[in-house]
Amino acid sequence: MNGPVDVARPFRGRVFRYGDHVNTDVIFPGRYTYTKSSPEEVAPHALEDLDPTFAERVRPGDVIVAGWNWGCGSSREQAAVCLRYAGVGAVVARSFGRIFYRNALNNGLLAIVCPEAVDALEEGAEAEVDLDGSVIRQGGTNFGFAPFSPAVRSMIAAGGLIEQAKRRLAAG
Amino acid sequence: MTEVGRPADMARTFAQKALAQASGHESVAVGEIVDARPDIALSHDNTAPIAEIWRQFGQDRVVIPERMAVTLDHAVPAPTVRHAQNHTEVRAFVAEQGIGHFFEVGRGICHQVLSEEAVVLPGDLILGSDSHTPHFGWLGAFGAGVGRSEMAVLWATGELWLRVPESIRIRLEGALGEWVTTKDVALTLIGDLGADGALYRSVEFEGPAIAGLSLDSRAALVNMMAEMGAKNAYMAPDEDVFRYLAGRLLTRPGRRKGRGAEPGETSGEVAGRLRERALYPDAGAEYAAEHILDLSSVQPQVARPHQVDDTAGVSELESVRVDQAFIGTCTNGRLEDLGAVHRVMAGRRLARGTRMVIVPASSEVWNEALSRGWVADLAASGAVFGTPGCGPCMGNHLGVLAPGEVCISSANRNFQGRMGDRGAEIYLASPAVVAASAIAGRIVHPREVVE
Repeated sequence: MNGPVDVARPFRGRVFRYGDHVNTDVIFPGRYTYTKSSPEEVAPHALEDLDPTFAERVRPGDVIVAGWNWGCGSSREQAAVCLRYAGVGAVVARSFGRIFYRNALNNGLLAIVCPEAVDALEEGAEAEVDLDGSVIRQGGTNFGFAPFSPAVRSMIAAGGLIEQAKRRLAAG
Repeated sequence: MTEVGRPADMARTFAQKALAQASGHESVAVGEIVDARPDIALSHDNTAPIAEIWRQFGQDRVVIPERMAVTLDHAVPAPTVRHAQNHTEVRAFVAEQGIGHFFEVGRGICHQVLSEEAVVLPGDLILGSDSHTPHFGWLGAFGAGVGRSEMAVLWATGELWLRVPESIRIRLEGALGEWVTTKDVALTLIGDLGADGALYRSVEFEGPAIAGLSLDSRAALVNMMAEMGAKNAYMAPDEDVFRYLAGRLLTRPGRRKGRGAEPGETSGEVAGRLRERALYPDAGAEYAAEHILDLSSVQPQVARPHQVDDTAGVSELESVRVDQAFIGTCTNGRLEDLGAVHRVMAGRRLARGTRMVIVPASSEVWNEALSRGWVADLAASGAVFGTPGCGPCMGNHLGVLAPGEVCISSANRNFQGRMGDRGAEIYLASPAVVAASAIAGRIVHPREVVE
């Protein structure tokens, strides 16, 4: 397991390209959902039923590029957690399943809607993701995406929903 | 009182009304983000890992114990020691926190059980750490799925942010033909609009055909909208729904104020209060899309592996051999579904080389099927039965698939690897088509078996 990358600062990684309608069952199989929850347990199973060698090949800061409706299906949060702790910094897609989208941002995994980047980003090549600049760069080309709201950025900077809630509850 | 900047005279969708009510606003705009306070917070076997997250907050007590509903359903009875430990942790948490609604192993699937128990009422907001929480739209409630971390925050604070979704209106006209069910309606809609055809949106059904649909049929259609990407789905509730819930509330005293039958109340009085709770979209509300579907135009459908929107008429399929037939789940494991299976299978035997697993959606469904003699007849046909719950739907137990095997299923998802090995194939269809295919040993239209 690589562990998570700090996505609040610009990071670089290789591009892994996948198709449309990649569901949470192939990202994290249901046969593990009630026995594996911790980041250490779930990360080795990332994308197991879509690309069985992914978890061995992925390195910190790598970027998944996909088509429509990435993360559709089950609400299982391990689908976001396993990618994050396997080292994935961002998933760039044409659209996302809505529960995955929430789970990803809540766990500090960037879920970026950017069709232009999906069209252009090359498999295996390095890309840079800059959250503050709302831009993805590869080979001298910039792909802008809609900025995340200040609320979402402060949640990501805090380390995710749980860390943010801890601070909020501690502050009363 | 009209709030500043919130026009109160605009026509509103169901989603706008439900989320305005749950967030304490007079009205809310589409796209607005609101802090919503759900009436019910649903979790299931995942309650223990959520509790582990919640404990990080350092609270002694959850703030909404009376609103929480926990059902053990996803892997029941426990197939492994690890699952059994998980159940033990859930029970300990429920006892420690005085959780308002708890349903043990064997009672059934959370969505079916909370409907039968009248825990969810018309006009409610229910958030669940389960992707089929839109199910409760069949009762006129707003149900949406959330993640485990969000559920933990909800237990700790009583609220969660939600974006008010755009709505899609689907008007249902006409009546279903012979051997056609609302599962076929759902697959037709998903096939036409795509697995993301309602992404982030509220799917709101209305129209004259609803009155002619049984309650079980309504639940199946609304439930399946999760597979179209919907945030929630909704069907305008009518007197049938109010009577169903009222009858159940009368035999379940002790509900918190305003959510049950008061002592001495008649069924009609309880139904009347439920009617007052119900929310309906205004005429002239704005929709992102509007569709009209004539139910008489729908034919039995099958979704092919591995995408739910890869649909075809059952008669269009080339001969597809079947190793396993599965009946069950929150989509199609209800009494009407077992009745359709019985109609097709009674007095016939499973095809050689084909096996069949039936998992009723609840103990109530199981008991009724038993008393009607259906279980004995289906067992004589060669079917085996599992404990009420989710069964093999997500590949935990009770009928997982080997590489190369083909399953025809009344469930809701045919994703690769969903029911076991990634080399297995899952076809989705109505219970009648599943039953007919189990008898024929290949996927067929029910009339090929029955007529």
